Amino acid sequence: MTKELIELRVNGRTHQLASEPNRLLLDVLRQDLGLTGSKRGCDDSSCGACAVLIDGVPMLACTMLAASCQGAEITTVEGIASEGALNAIQKAYGEWGGSQCGYCTPGFMITVKHLLENNPEPTEDEIRRALSGNLCRCTGYVQMFDAIKAAIRAEQESER
Amino acid sequence: MSDFATIGKPTAMIDSAQKATGQGKYTDDIALPGLLIGKILHSPHPHARIVRLDSSRAELLEGVVCVVTGKDAPNKYGILPVGHDETALAIDRVRYVGDNVACVVAIDEASAERALDLIDVEYELLPAYFDPEEAMKAERDLIHDSRPHNVEKEYHHVFGDPERGLSEADIVHEARYLANEVTHAAMEPHSTIAAFEIDSQTGQPGRLTVWSSTQVPYYLQHTLAAVLEMAMPQVRVIKPLVGGGFGGKSEVIPLEVIAAVAARKAKAPVKITYTREEVFWAHRGRPRTIVDLKIGAKRDGRISAVSARVVQDGGAYCSYGVVTILYSGALLGALYDIPHIRFDGYRVLTNKPACGAMRGHGTVNVRFALECALDEIAARLQLDPAELRRHNLLQPPCVTVNGLRVLSYGLPECMEMVVERSQWRQRRGKLASGRTEKRARGFGLACSHYVSGAANAIIRSDMPHSTVNIKVDRDGAVTVYTGAAEIGQGSSTITAQVVAEVLGCCLGRVRIVSGDSDVTPVDLGSYSSRVTFMSGNAAMRAAESILNQLLAAAARRMGCDPDELAIHDEIIFRRDEAHKASAGAWSMSFDQAIICAIENFGALSASGWYSPPAEARGGSYKGAGVGPSPAYSYSAQVAEVEVDEETGHVTVLNIWAAHDCGRALNPVAVEGQVIGSVWMGLGQALQEEMIWKDGLIMNPGLLGYASPSSAESPHVEAIIVESVDPEGPFGAKEAGEGSLAATIPAIANAIYDAVGVRLNEAPFTPERVLAALRAKDKTHRPGTEHDAATTPNRFREHGGALRISGKGQQRHESDAIHVQQAERGDQ
Repeated sequence: MTKELIELRVNGRTHQLASEPNRLLLDVLRQDLGLTGSKRGCDDSSCGACAVLIDGVPMLACTMLAASCQGAEITTVEGIASEGALNAIQKAYGEWGGSQCGYCTPGFMITVKHLLENNPEPTEDEIRRALSGNLCRCTGYVQMFDAIKAAIRAEQESER
Repeated sequence: MSDFATIGKPTAMIDSAQKATGQGKYTDDIALPGLLIGKILHSPHPHARIVRLDSSRAELLEGVVCVVTGKDAPNKYGILPVGHDETALAIDRVRYVGDNVACVVAIDEASAERALDLIDVEYELLPAYFDPEEAMKAERDLIHDSRPHNVEKEYHHVFGDPERGLSEADIVHEARYLANEVTHAAMEPHSTIAAFEIDSQTGQPGRLTVWSSTQVPYYLQHTLAAVLEMAMPQVRVIKPLVGGGFGGKSEVIPLEVIAAVAARKAKAPVKITYTREEVFWAHRGRPRTIVDLKIGAKRDGRISAVSARVVQDGGAYCSYGVVTILYSGALLGALYDIPHIRFDGYRVLTNKPACGAMRGHGTVNVRFALECALDEIAARLQLDPAELRRHNLLQPPCVTVNGLRVLSYGLPECMEMVVERSQWRQRRGKLASGRTEKRARGFGLACSHYVSGAANAIIRSDMPHSTVNIKVDRDGAVTVYTGAAEIGQGSSTITAQVVAEVLGCCLGRVRIVSGDSDVTPVDLGSYSSRVTFMSGNAAMRAAESILNQLLAAAARRMGCDPDELAIHDEIIFRRDEAHKASAGAWSMSFDQAIICAIENFGALSASGWYSPPAEARGGSYKGAGVGPSPAYSYSAQVAEVEVDEETGHVTVLNIWAAHDCGRALNPVAVEGQVIGSVWMGLGQALQEEMIWKDGLIMNPGLLGYASPSSAESPHVEAIIVESVDPEGPFGAKEAGEGSLAATIPAIANAIYDAVGVRLNEAPFTPERVLAALRAKDKTHRPGTEHDAATTPNRFREHGGALRISGKGQQRHESDAIHVQQAERGDQ
């Protein structure tokens, strides 16, 4: 298949690259741009490990054509840490045991970021529902809920 | 709680930031210059002879570098010395749909996939066996010629006098239990990169380096050396971050060997990463298990004898099978004090992917049966299930009837904790208040246990089970070299904590170098929950040796005896405070002590190792090597469920899980392991099941094989019980597996409490619950019999896209007979 020139804006930087039109965003991010934070877990958009923000909305990069994302602002997990430091949720994930093997964690970071930006004080039920598109096989989720609640508390305290 | 500085403190995993930022590298994240991609051609037939294999058309395709077949690596291997029955790629026969036939190596995935379709394979179909009890009847067309009746291994153990025990019983409970096949579904699909270096002297491919998502780097190195006929030092295994294992990566997986063989043939680095569907086809999960149980009990609830016949559907290769079946018998005896045990175990071959080790290896399905049976006995004797179990506790220190040594035993405290926290006495059987018209609530209790590492290694030898090296240099860093495989369970963090505690230094000073066979000493790997116990003990000994050198150097400088010194918070000081006033030389910083030590001894390094003591290695009967452990963890759980009597849907509302982990070295990690275990047990209890039809898996993906999501996960309260084991590092025992096995029977018992039906087949899907409810309404039979009505008879169509070559399911004529029989239900 002939390659075409596409332009992707990822984590605030613009990349021009030649790519077959049928290539998936996840493959382009991981293989062409070296952004391996987004993971491939399922191939069929059922696990959420490859979630990225596209214009602020969580989308699954494993079932999305790279070419269709031109002109959009793409944020991967690599773009979440603020100025080289962990943000509140990333820190809380460590302290509360939100990740074990960590393979699903980048996807969760994207989902949680979106959740907290749109609903800074979610209820437990809202957290559970927001996270239900991301699968984790290690933690049983309980410690993630704790981490998210702790991150919200930390954010509130830093604002005071 | 204790006066430890680091141990027992909730500590973030040392690699948690790597994981949360996406910086951490898993195998598939790694790229090498000139990296080629390998894609495997799988068998479309469950059992067939390969008559002809022609890859010439594929080899001519643009972008294809080579095609690898069985001839390129004919040496047999297997994780157990008694089970070397696999080859990297099929030599002349395929034994399950998905078996590995050939591998295309190409410049990219698309070219490799195109080439798969161009490989011509001609098969001669053979009769296939899909049901273990059918497979055992076979006289011909055996799956392996060396295994009569397709029985991989059978064991018949008798401890005490079971017949007498049963005849002395006041009641005898008999029932059949069935647990269907489940899989690990670790989030990271298996992946391996293999690359050869060019040898400087010969100019030929020399050393092999393999990066792999493995729980057992040492066994991988071992197997690669054997299959590729290389010396072990010529093979280097590096284990990057591993995205979960749960046993699925605890043996050498075909793609690991295939990648190495492919890299040798292609003369370039090769990466093979399974698709999610391939992970399902190759899964090596927990086998479908049939348990026929007979238990005798006295009127007071004392168990007089247990007789168990266990049949495991092992799939087409041995894998861990011999160990799996032995575990299912050995651990019948180490939870309660059972005076007489009979165990008849059969590991049977079928034409399905091999089953292997999965979290709670071997014990989970038998524990499901036994704990449900205890509940039924309690009901018949009108005893409280918790009370009945209390009548059967071990009296440690003791050796069980089958030769397992138990030193620490927190089960009584675990039961006490869950009974209290769940308000068991007040609420069980009295949840009518929570009952609506069609929904009923119930409470169930069950217990479980697990080994803290196998006392006997897979490959019998006298080498240490774990070794840890520590180097302290002038930069002040404490570098710890460990071969223990961090797979997400937190072993690197625990090792760092143990070293920091012994040395009295801060955690930030400790650096862990792990999982690189060129640098790190041999460790047997991450399986059977052995790492904290064994690698922890090795790390402790290595750190103690470093500490002694530090104190000796400091003492010499401070003009005192090393015994007079103590270390805390990176300050070395004389214990006797009287010296505080004199000479000003009563303390020294950690950095100063390091410099003194290096000046005195040159390099500052030490090694520590651990092997389980001889008295913990079990009895002398055949098969006694599986089951013994230096220590056992214990767990008790109470589940609260709600059953919808209209739909059969079971919702788990709460689980209280108390786990005796000896001492919690890192409580966050222990709670995480316990909750994770409970949650995986919840999946097996309610919804997870590999659905097979004629050797085809019907749900090969994370959609069809649905593990519980965050929306349906109950509240799990993890309760840590610390029995402080005399031999564990700082008293620690296992925490990663033992809790799983209690969850399934606790839920089954809770369903009985709610609606009065016994679910003897797991998972308790809505259709099985509903069938059991209807059977009860119609016949009012006691729910103790295996009810065929609960067996699924409808299957979804195969919706996968596995790369298989051929015209789909061309079954052998005798298969059709099997299918008809199965459909008539007269098998």
